Amino acid sequence: MSQTTSDAPVRRQRAQIKVRTLRTDRWWLAPLLTFLGLSAFLVYGVWAIFDTPYYVPGAEYIAPFSSPCLATSCPEGARLFGLAPFGDWYTLPPGLLILGLPGGFRLTCYYYRKSYYRSFWLSPPACAVQEPHGKYTGETRLPLIMQNIHRYFFYAAIVIGAILSYDAILALVHKPLGLGSWILLLNAVLIVAYTLSCHSCRHITAGRLNHFSRHPVRYRAWTFVSKLNAKHQPLAWASMFSVMGADFYVRLVAKGIIAFPYA
Amino acid sequence: MSYKAKFKVWRGEGGEGKLEDFTVEVNEGEVVLDIIHRLQATQAPDLAVRWNCKAGKCGSCSMEINGKPRLGCMTRMSTFAEDETITVTPMRTFPVIKDLVTDVSFNYQKAREIPSFTPPQGVRPGEYRMQQVDVERSQEFRKCIECFMCNNICHVIRDHEENKPAFAGPRFLMRIAELDMHPYDVADRQESAQEEHGLGYCNITKCCTEVCPEHIKITDNALIPMKERVVDRKYDPLVWLGNKIFRRPK
Ligand code: SF4
Ligand code: SF4
Ligand code: FES
Ligand code: FES
Repeated sequence: MSQTTSDAPVRRQRAQIKVRTLRTDRWWLAPLLTFLGLSAFLVYGVWAIFDTPYYVPGAEYIAPFSSPCLATSCPEGARLFGLAPFGDWYTLPPGLLILGLPGGFRLTCYYYRKSYYRSFWLSPPACAVQEPHGKYTGETRLPLIMQNIHRYFFYAAIVIGAILSYDAILALVHKPLGLGSWILLLNAVLIVAYTLSCHSCRHITAGRLNHFSRHPVRYRAWTFVSKLNAKHQPLAWASMFSVMGADFYVRLVAKGIIAFPYA
Repeated sequence: MSYKAKFKVWRGEGGEGKLEDFTVEVNEGEVVLDIIHRLQATQAPDLAVRWNCKAGKCGSCSMEINGKPRLGCMTRMSTFAEDETITVTPMRTFPVIKDLVTDVSFNYQKAREIPSFTPPQGVRPGEYRMQQVDVERSQEFRKCIECFMCNNICHVIRDHEENKPAFAGPRFLMRIAELDMHPYDVADRQESAQEEHGLGYCNITKCCTEVCPEHIKITDNALIPMKERVVDRKYDPLVWLGNKIFRRPK
């Protein structure tokens, strides 16, 4: 082999390996499952928004995708605190009014970003597997620079989490032995845990500080959120499936398809 | 307990080269680096490989084994099936000097571009007052052994050579986070992380975290917190307003 000097052009080249990856494991499995999971959620969400009924009077169950119900078209008992701020000019499905908040929260979530960048945009599909795009600018410009507003969705998600908890407590009060009440409660717990485990929440509690010792209360909150935060990915999936499951269950009860006494 | 394993090893100087086949003895308890050394001793005396401690602490022996960045000295042969062909290549993101040895000076260049620790005016050594909790976060980052596998696997530069000038890579964005979280560092880190060191290129897909042999949670504990700090500085009007009105100490 010939000797090359340190400034020879060939010395500035990476190994010219012509394949996209040399990985031999099933690296495509995780992005495939993620793709299917997220797609199922999207399809279900679109169906649920347009589906009626979503409310079980008496038991006071309301399907999470349609809560809070803010329009006059909502059944009276389904309205949040009996209010209908959107009046009767609004005739589209009431779920559409609030969809943007939890939707935007998950869309800009650091974990969901990872999962759809990998599984939908293949950037990269898996580690050490070359991405198919010729150019890459990441989150440096529009539209992806907008991901930086995530914390505002977090503020809204706190409110949504509180409303879902309120819904669950209301159901428990009206039908303590109803399976639906407990499903709604479990869902509310998972949603709240997912919301509190958010990276923006971690930052807001004390992540932005440099002198933890001067802010003992915030530091303790940060420690707690950090523990939840380490579980952010499983909580994202668990709460996504629980919200779909709880929503579907309430709709089945509302339609009378599930009708045993303790439903 | 020894067997013959099939190996494909990248051989060549600079970018040009090819995978060469070897059949080589493997004994119980050995790691990939041992096998590379056996090749050197028996079949390929001029095979180039960089190593030093053989204990996973010096960060020299970074290579790609079956397509994944790994430390050669920490990858046990027992994790492979005996009939498996094991492919060993140099790190893809950096120029090759010879065989498995890459030129990692990109990383030294990026390290130099980050201004060093900057204490406030008038505080002399010996006058720093910090609690353990104030420095705990950044102690995790100091476990780094500078193997540069995180920078190697990061798709921002692995798949896009043209991004190298604009992007410091996870190793050095983590260094910026470490300094920004330091109770006594007063240099601007947030503006420059985004504008000069390319934090915005990271799309938090976590390959750096997956590959780090020290199990540092680079993305969760350094990059995302740093992104949130950049939002404070550049994209959140409320925080900006709050800082103008209250001037809270951090
Ligand atoms: S998380 Fe960011 S820095 Fe780490 S490998 Fe992915 S894109 Fe690169
Ligand atoms: S952060 Fe981890 S992967 Fe990156 S250089 Fe340090 S030890 Fe290696
Ligand atoms: S909800 Fe996932 S990071 Fe905020
Ligand atoms: S030889 Fe030192 S880390 Fe492998």
